[in-house]
Amino acid sequence: MNNNKSISVQNLTKKFGNFTAVNAISFEVEKGEIFGFLGANGAGKTTAMKMLIGISKPTSGEAKVAGFDVYKDTEKIKKNIGYMSQKFALYDDLTVRENARFYGGIYGLSKKQIKKKTNEFITELGIADIADNLVGSLPLGWKQKLAFSVSLIHEPKVVFLDEPTGGVDPITRRQFWEMIYKQADNGTTIFVTTHYMDEAEYCDRVSIMVEGKIEALDTPENLRKQYGVDSMNAVFLKLARG
Amino acid sequence: MRLSGKNMKTILIIVQKEFKQIFRNKAMLPIIFIVPIIQILILSYAATFEVKEVRLGYIDNDKSSYSRDLISKFEVSTYFTLTGEYTSQKEGQDAIQKGKTDVILEIPSNFERNLIKEKQTALSVQIDAINGAAAGVENGYITQIIQGFNNKIRMDLMPYQPQQQNVKRIQFTPSFWYNQTLDYKTFMVPGIIVILVTMITFFLSGMNIVREKEIGTLEQMNVTPIKKHQFIIGKLLPFWILGIFILFFGMNIGRFLFDVPLLGSPVWILLFSSIYILVFLGMGFFISNFTDTQQQAMFIAWFFVVIFILMSGLFTPIESMPAWAQKITEFNPVRYFIEVIRMVMLKGSGLKDIMPQLIKISIFAVVMNFLAVISYRKTT
Repeated sequence: MNNNKSISVQNLTKKFGNFTAVNAISFEVEKGEIFGFLGANGAGKTTAMKMLIGISKPTSGEAKVAGFDVYKDTEKIKKNIGYMSQKFALYDDLTVRENARFYGGIYGLSKKQIKKKTNEFITELGIADIADNLVGSLPLGWKQKLAFSVSLIHEPKVVFLDEPTGGVDPITRRQFWEMIYKQADNGTTIFVTTHYMDEAEYCDRVSIMVEGKIEALDTPENLRKQYGVDSMNAVFLKLARG
Repeated sequence: MRLSGKNMKTILIIVQKEFKQIFRNKAMLPIIFIVPIIQILILSYAATFEVKEVRLGYIDNDKSSYSRDLISKFEVSTYFTLTGEYTSQKEGQDAIQKGKTDVILEIPSNFERNLIKEKQTALSVQIDAINGAAAGVENGYITQIIQGFNNKIRMDLMPYQPQQQNVKRIQFTPSFWYNQTLDYKTFMVPGIIVILVTMITFFLSGMNIVREKEIGTLEQMNVTPIKKHQFIIGKLLPFWILGIFILFFGMNIGRFLFDVPLLGSPVWILLFSSIYILVFLGMGFFISNFTDTQQQAMFIAWFFVVIFILMSGLFTPIESMPAWAQKITEFNPVRYFIEVIRMVMLKGSGLKDIMPQLIKISIFAVVMNFLAVISYRKTT
């Protein structure tokens, strides 16, 4: 396997009884790439992602994440990835610092390392004044940016973002994407699912899933050309409507 | 499972986080400190088997000095209050029917004459037995008073025939061991402490894990390299500590407010309860693996707690249950803790005495936690 490939997937399939949620998908993601994983609700995005982050066993096919096999080395995968789900996953009843300390501790970081990383993102986000507030008291936009920062605390090689900007205002979404860009520039691979087609334009490459299969995979620009339309929105509608 | 330094550190991090959350939860401190006091205070006074102020009506068909004497015996007893005299059986039954009286004592005509001439007579007693347990107790009181009256009459009637001692009566004086005064509080308080420890550890541990499922942090946890046993130990240890604390808090309330004795060593109670709490933590964890919301977990936990309490021997003796129900109580961990805490506190039992219960509870703990661990999956 090429060392530049952060994720490589071949014929990955997940069946629930007779229903095939993910049907033999194949793709590769380069190191430092922002990979958009698109699809309508129920197309199988979340199921596919769950197999890659090691909390769902594939029915068949092969996949490697950060160089580790999704069948045998799920625990090693977990050490090397960050994950942020559509459900906000910081603890409301802990402060920003306490959340960072907890998640950092789980990944085996030393107190010193945690403190350093925490101070880094606190300065970057400019939230020194609320670092000791309970997370529950913060607005949603802040929470999402924090959750992203905390998911990076152990410097993962690949970050999986499952609809990270759901319900967030356009300005915060913009800021969120700036954070993503910055992280990708540092060499972190970003695997992101989204419903917002303007966000799809920000990705290096985009795949579109329809009924468990990947129907299109290319850069946003090429996809627009290929389907002869002027926006990702139009590409998506053409594909998703069949 | 290696208990290396790193391993311990991860567990410690989870424990720290749990304690922070427990004490930050505004509903939690009252649960930990006020609920035990209120439960012990209220239940210990309310859950008594004594029946007081039984309302007694009578029908005196004899109107003799003996019959009046017997009635006055009831009048002076602290357990009875007289509701009045009825003239006929029908009137008396009416009074019971309407709930005006609990007991009707009927003295037949010729009561005195029969007693003196034939040395025996009969009385009729009717008891309202809607509450069977109370009726049983009332019957006991009445029998006691009539027996006392009986003895007195005997003395009255045969004082000058000392040679006629063929009427030998067996006198028995009951002596109640371990709880001489039959104080119900002494009996109830240890049991209520057990219920308290059970409910708090069971409910809190079960709900706590489902709560993480609800808010989505459990999924987040499953994506981290955290090990299964680290997560389980880290999650349950705080509630184990809480359970032990509640136990000692409750025992001290019992001691200082109710003078419940502690004859045995608290070490045996500590030993037993530290395994006992594991049973319920395992159960709470097990339930949380099969439920998605706190409500579901709560309903299932309640179902078990109600059965466990009713079949624990706390309110009704296990010996008086039907045989099949007695069999079921053998699978009730609450039963064993109530037995053990009563034995150690009131009787001064030692390790050897509580060994059978200790072995059984250890088996429960192993089985329950085994089930909990295998049913918890980081991967689906």
